[in-house]
Amino acid sequence: MSQIVLAPTPEDAAAEKSRRAPLSWVWRQLKSNPGAATGGIVFLVFLLVSLPARLVAPYDPHATFATGYRPPSPAHWLGLDDGGHDMVSLLIYGTRTSIFVGFGASIIAIVIGVGLGLAAGYWGRATDAGISSITDFFLVIPEVPLMMVIAAVWGQGLGKMILIIGGLLWTWTVRVIRSQVMSVKERVYVRRAKALGATDWRIVTRHVLPQVAPLIIVNFVLTVAVAVFDESALSFLGLGDPRAISLGRILENADQGGAATLGAWWALVPAGAVIAILILSLTLMGQAVEDALNPRLKVSHLSRKHFLLLPNVRTGAGRPDPTPGARQGEILGDVA
Amino acid sequence: MKRTDWLIRRLLRALITTFVIITFNFFLFRIMPGDATANLSRIPHATPELKAEIARQFGLDKSKWEQYLAYLGQLAHGNLGLSFTSQQPVVSVLWDAMVHSFPMVALGTVLSVVFGIASGLWAAWRRGGWQEKTSTASAMFFYSLPTQFLGLMLILVFVTWLGWFPAGGTGNEFNFLENPSGATKMADTLRSMFLPALTLALILYGQYTLIVRSGLLETLGEDYVLTAKAKGLSDRRIMMKHAFRNGMLPVVTLIALSFGFIAAGTILVEAVFSYPGIGLLTANAIKSRDYPVLQGAFLMITVSVIVFNLLADLYYFKLDPRITT
Repeated sequence: MSQIVLAPTPEDAAAEKSRRAPLSWVWRQLKSNPGAATGGIVFLVFLLVSLPARLVAPYDPHATFATGYRPPSPAHWLGLDDGGHDMVSLLIYGTRTSIFVGFGASIIAIVIGVGLGLAAGYWGRATDAGISSITDFFLVIPEVPLMMVIAAVWGQGLGKMILIIGGLLWTWTVRVIRSQVMSVKERVYVRRAKALGATDWRIVTRHVLPQVAPLIIVNFVLTVAVAVFDESALSFLGLGDPRAISLGRILENADQGGAATLGAWWALVPAGAVIAILILSLTLMGQAVEDALNPRLKVSHLSRKHFLLLPNVRTGAGRPDPTPGARQGEILGDVA
Repeated sequence: MKRTDWLIRRLLRALITTFVIITFNFFLFRIMPGDATANLSRIPHATPELKAEIARQFGLDKSKWEQYLAYLGQLAHGNLGLSFTSQQPVVSVLWDAMVHSFPMVALGTVLSVVFGIASGLWAAWRRGGWQEKTSTASAMFFYSLPTQFLGLMLILVFVTWLGWFPAGGTGNEFNFLENPSGATKMADTLRSMFLPALTLALILYGQYTLIVRSGLLETLGEDYVLTAKAKGLSDRRIMMKHAFRNGMLPVVTLIALSFGFIAAGTILVEAVFSYPGIGLLTANAIKSRDYPVLQGAFLMITVSVIVFNLLADLYYFKLDPRITT
């Protein structure tokens, strides 16, 4: 059995310094995980372009410039859709709506997921049994078809869409948070705090929540990606808000207008690409943090290189630390 | 003794889940605006006698509780009501759709599992090299593509630009006039099924690659792999005999968890390709608010997912003799 022993390295000193200098922390992240860094930058660009849509978009997305599809031209860089609307402007407004739906739904999902996960993990016993069986139930139910059915019965609207998506995307978070809380709860300092008479509220807010915070962030980011995906699926079946332009509705419109069979690639490819890049950037960011929290994924005896290149196992190398309080040279645990 | 307990518990859980979904399905469609009797007026060309007959079957003039019992009773007799749009019994509409969907979805899923295991194995085998990077990068790429978008792209490229495939449906709709041979029919069916199945396969394969890769990498970190290495076994032998078998255990579970995703993918793919299966039926029922069909299709999709989950559990049970809890 091999053990990870935290040896002091120059990087630790740098990490210590970077705790006080956020800019260098950002720089270290960029260097240590190019994928996540690219994801972060791309997402930031999307945010900066789409949030001030009114200022950035070249035209009013509802303005018509022709009847029917027109290929890209100097005036309209990505051409016109079947209704003669400027594709660039549609994409900018659409991205804003999709990000809004993604964040809104993810906030709801995370609040439900963290709440249930905390309760199940912290109180255990009957609470845990109850919450876990509800979670297992929802894990088996195909969530997107369920969203479609609810949306078809309940009606369309951006708010309803956010509630429907967010209300069904919490299962994974419950599982992850629950198991983390169960392990944190048994740590010595939490048990000590309890023995000293700390209230449940204090233990949860002061000791448990900070420990699960990185996981909450991971799940939030990944859930945004799934919610953007689900928005596009619901909108594709005509369940989107008819008054809002979203990326999903642009794709729906491309399908209804026969963009694929007419060869009007400009009405189809950019919208799909924006959704894909949005999802990819969010997933890369989320997975980078997840990988950092789960060093097991990087351990392999067959690959010496992998074993030695474990930048994330050393203490606090500029990232949310999974084991706060661990000192250099301390044995964190067995890997294997 | 413990092992059979586990089986019984899984079976019970599947039954309970099905029952809860049936109940949920009833209440969801009864809380919608407009009472159930008013909705009967949406069946085209329905005679007052027919409406009265349906109202009687489903107890629409009685209390919600009695309606629920009537719904359960009719469901037990395979009666899911009539379609608002076609006036056909929902059950026969569903059956026709399932006959089309099943081979397409099966083909797509099998393709994706084969691709996924192959490329995940490749990535884990050559970890740290360009092969792993290529494999995970393409997996991430396909994982991020919205299903309907990939489908539309395949239409754009293979149907519109290259003209390799027919535009939609199940091939030549009029070929019954030409009285084609069985082989032509078969070829037609396969051809119309290919692009939808390929879309489904590509969408799923990315997930499977990532799951297989991380499953294998995790097993490669186990002590028995180190022991095998110390014994001087070849990498190939370690990978296939030691890591692969155990690395596949979580993969079975995770593939089972993706059945819901397959269901959603089927709806989108069939809507894109106008492939006349349960997905297109669902999409059309959503558009025309054909509630009886939508209710039936959702029930059918959910029960399929539950059944396949149960089958995956049984397979896992067979694979892993350690299961007791």
